[in-house]
Amino acid sequence: MPDLLLELFSEEIPARMQAKAADDLRRMVTDKLVAEGLVYEGAKAFATPRRLTLTVHGIPARQSDLKEERRGPRVGGADAAIQGFLKATGLASLSEAKIQTDPKKGDFYIALIEKPGRPTLDVLAEILPVIVRTFPWPKSMRWGERSGKPGALTWVRPLHAVIATFGLETEEPDVVKFDVAGIEAGRTTFGHRFMAPAAISVRRFEDYEAKLLDAKVVLDPERRKDTIVTDAKQLAFAQGFELVEDQVLLDEVSGLVEWPVALMGSFDQEYLAIPDEVIRATIRNNQKCFVVKDPKTGKLTNKFILTANIEASDGGKAIVAGNERVIRARLSDAKFFYDSDLKTKLEARLPKFENIVFHEKLGTQGERIKRIERLAAEIAPLVGADVEKTKRAAHLAKADLLTEVVGEFPELQGLMGKYYALAQGEDASVAAASEEHYKPQGPADRVPTDPVSVAVALADKLDTLSLFFWMGELPTGSKDPFALRRAAIGVIRLMLENQLRLSLRSLLESAIWSMINLWDNQYRSVLLVSELLESDDEDSAGRKLKGRHFEHVRSPESLEAFRLRDGYSSMAFTFGDEQGVSGFELEGPMWAQARLGFSDPFAAIRELELFFADRLKVQLRDQGARHDLVDAVFSLGGQDDLLLVVRRVEALGKFLDTDDGKNLLAGTKRANNILGIEEKKDKRSFDGAPDAALYKLDEEKALAKAIDQVKNEAGAAVAKEDFAAAMSAMARLRPAVDAFFDKVKVNDDDPKVRENRLRLLNEIRAATRAVADFSKIEG
Amino acid sequence: MDAIPAHMRPERSFQGFILILQRFWADQGCVILQPYDMEMGAGTFHPATTLRALGPKQWNAAYVQPSRRPKDGRYGENPNRLQHYYQFQVIMKPSPPNLQELYLKSLAAIGIDSALHDIRFVEDDWESPTLGAWGLGWECWCDGMEVSQFTYFQQVAGVECAPVAGELTYGLERLAMYVQGVDRVYDLNFNGRDGADKVTYGDVFLQAEQEYSRHNFEYADTTMLFEQFRMAEEACKKYLAAGWREGSNQKEHLMALPAYDQCIKASHVFNLLDARGVISVTERASYIMRVRELAKACGEAWIHTEAGRAV
Repeated sequence: MPDLLLELFSEEIPARMQAKAADDLRRMVTDKLVAEGLVYEGAKAFATPRRLTLTVHGIPARQSDLKEERRGPRVGGADAAIQGFLKATGLASLSEAKIQTDPKKGDFYIALIEKPGRPTLDVLAEILPVIVRTFPWPKSMRWGERSGKPGALTWVRPLHAVIATFGLETEEPDVVKFDVAGIEAGRTTFGHRFMAPAAISVRRFEDYEAKLLDAKVVLDPERRKDTIVTDAKQLAFAQGFELVEDQVLLDEVSGLVEWPVALMGSFDQEYLAIPDEVIRATIRNNQKCFVVKDPKTGKLTNKFILTANIEASDGGKAIVAGNERVIRARLSDAKFFYDSDLKTKLEARLPKFENIVFHEKLGTQGERIKRIERLAAEIAPLVGADVEKTKRAAHLAKADLLTEVVGEFPELQGLMGKYYALAQGEDASVAAASEEHYKPQGPADRVPTDPVSVAVALADKLDTLSLFFWMGELPTGSKDPFALRRAAIGVIRLMLENQLRLSLRSLLESAIWSMINLWDNQYRSVLLVSELLESDDEDSAGRKLKGRHFEHVRSPESLEAFRLRDGYSSMAFTFGDEQGVSGFELEGPMWAQARLGFSDPFAAIRELELFFADRLKVQLRDQGARHDLVDAVFSLGGQDDLLLVVRRVEALGKFLDTDDGKNLLAGTKRANNILGIEEKKDKRSFDGAPDAALYKLDEEKALAKAIDQVKNEAGAAVAKEDFAAAMSAMARLRPAVDAFFDKVKVNDDDPKVRENRLRLLNEIRAATRAVADFSKIEG
Repeated sequence: MDAIPAHMRPERSFQGFILILQRFWADQGCVILQPYDMEMGAGTFHPATTLRALGPKQWNAAYVQPSRRPKDGRYGENPNRLQHYYQFQVIMKPSPPNLQELYLKSLAAIGIDSALHDIRFVEDDWESPTLGAWGLGWECWCDGMEVSQFTYFQQVAGVECAPVAGELTYGLERLAMYVQGVDRVYDLNFNGRDGADKVTYGDVFLQAEQEYSRHNFEYADTTMLFEQFRMAEEACKKYLAAGWREGSNQKEHLMALPAYDQCIKASHVFNLLDARGVISVTERASYIMRVRELAKACGEAWIHTEAGRAV
């Protein structure tokens, strides 16, 4: 069967877009072929800086003929329906339609449509220009003369030529005839921009790829990558060194060249005094070159490897010399930045943070650092960290954001802080926290274990989370501009992987309290505020003026003081003249400078707890735990120690894998169902202890006894946080529950006995709630 | 070209290098303009680019534009950073199909042989928030060094470019340093002469770099500058408002160019204020927006002038 070759030849396509573009081209063309009934055997797409190429092989030469019966309106149906049917099916009149009899619904018209298949060449000529015109480039542009007219073609960069051939291996292929924006599809392409720029005429993919190779173009990006890596490793190895592999850089570099030539250059030894990461960032980000290390020391050497796009006439001497000059200048800048950073102590940079806005409502970075310091100091003893070291670490952790090196290479934030802290003689834990308090950044990132880092990392994340929730900036759908989800997962991993026993709620309260407390100390004005209300005053035009009631909370002792009372809808921070005052203030200067719109802190915390529960569920589910078990534990309420939640879920999961567990679950569910029905019927619940005097059957007494025992044992085990023991205690409930349902009729004729038995069922539910809410468990 | 005397050869003479570029683009049909007589941050601000890029009429021009970047001053101590440097600007509307080839030929003309040097077009999407402009293109690399910007303008002064203009910007000092093989901009041979007759870039500009760095960072009169910004903004709006006329069958504008001068002025004054560090982060965005509003209004006026409108 025939093959298609398609090439879209343009000016240089951004490297980062090439792989997806090749994929999109393959998908769009093959989807369209299939939709046209043309099933192909295989397809492959390629990209170089100047071309997107697709080969599809084994496409039928023409579509098969289409025979279709289409059912129309009822015989004698409305004229509009009949006309519509004729139009849709292309019949000239009803006499061309068949009539089909349906015993139930009466007679229908049937149209027999026969559509002869078209030659694939024609189909391609129709679909290819549409694909070019609708290609999903992330950014595209217009160019040239035609860009002055409406409907001009857009492409990622100017498109110059299109190859589209279709045919059998054994024959001269046909050109697919179409035209986009004045470019006729043909069979001509061009070789390497500098080494073989002449036009090349091709027939099909095989000779196309081979001729391109002769014209110094390696079509397949994987092959270009292989060449780069192999040659780069060889160059490094020849000098006794080792290439520092870098997949992201390799992907990019391979998209910048059609004919990769790896060359090695070097730089002055003196620059090795700069930290390796800075050298690498300089050489990689700015120059897109690889760095090389000494396998004996693991440290970088003064070599780099560049990838040129030509085999230069001097063997690459000028290219290496040119790159060396640029890298020398870049490293000289980096060294200058690094050296001048070292001249300023980290703490000396802090005052500048007072002028950097972190968030309009939350104030400056300076305020944020103070809050984190305070919160970290509070967390420190809970995680076994030295309080003074933790305070110091939190104090310095963000300071490197204002250094020159981090300004130049934002991805080195934290790491530079560590270097600078060590250089000024800080304690190793304090220095490490600069880097580690940002962690974990993603699922693959390491979780810090040094208690000082843990305390600062928790404080940093909890500050962001609680304050953003407090002012109502929550992540929605795919939008999470402040990476709150990542922060929450960070908190969860910090707690779980370090086996930390912490009350989430009190941490969140502390975070909010930090903001209030620091503000109160500084400006003394944290207010409760009402909605914007109309006042009795009027302006000169007779319009009612609006304002807000407020109450200043003087020297609050705890967050309780800010539980929103009637008449107040939010909290605000002002720069205050309103000490101890309550009243009504019209819209104007006082409200204009206030930070408004903080909700009830306790409501915000509740919301954030649910957010954490969701994150934990996702986290546990990803690790294979059942989400219904997580629900069953959270549903108990008051579950704010995440580590205990996880242990409970684990124990519950194991228990439910046993027969005892399964049967107890079934029994509990049965009890629940009966209770549910009867509660609904009587419109009441059956709380309260059953009356032993009303037991009539042994099974009742046995169950009551078992429940008492299990409650005690399970309760004691839970108190000791031994959930496995609690579960095995629970298992002992099973025979009594089974026997009860076997022998006892709950809905006794005597209403008192019935009520008592329902209370007993309620007790089963209560007993199992020692470990989980069994009603949330599926199955 | 063989007739070029030694002192005018691009590899030894900064001025010769510029003349060759001018000659090259003149041969491609560009009008060769002289620098605009106002302070500006980049050659793009020249009305020959900003305004002429708008409207349907063909326009091919090339010129040197001194570019002022007050913040980039280094008191003459940095080997390649300057608060005043030269850009060579080419604009061709509509963008010709062989603009990349023309650019590469221009490099060959100044002595950059593409058989010897690694020349690359690396993605660089250009955007000027102050001009309300954007385009797609590349930074052009020569052996790892960025030597030019290459942009297909899509929008300028808030107006869609129809047709699109191609813009080339050469960083002249940087390219000349490469061609002359010097590491310090002040060591560039300016006039191509030797010995006592030699004039270097440092001879011409070092003192200016020192004095202007002092001025830009320490002494520029901020009270005056704030006032100048306000005045330029006001004047721009005033001239724009005064320039509109109802023509026989369409609206026209009679003072787009003088109004745009005030926009250029406001932009440069803002850059000076920024260098003095007296504009906070939040204010910064609002100043940029104010300049953009002026630029957009000028663009709108321009497309209602003789040179800017259709037919």
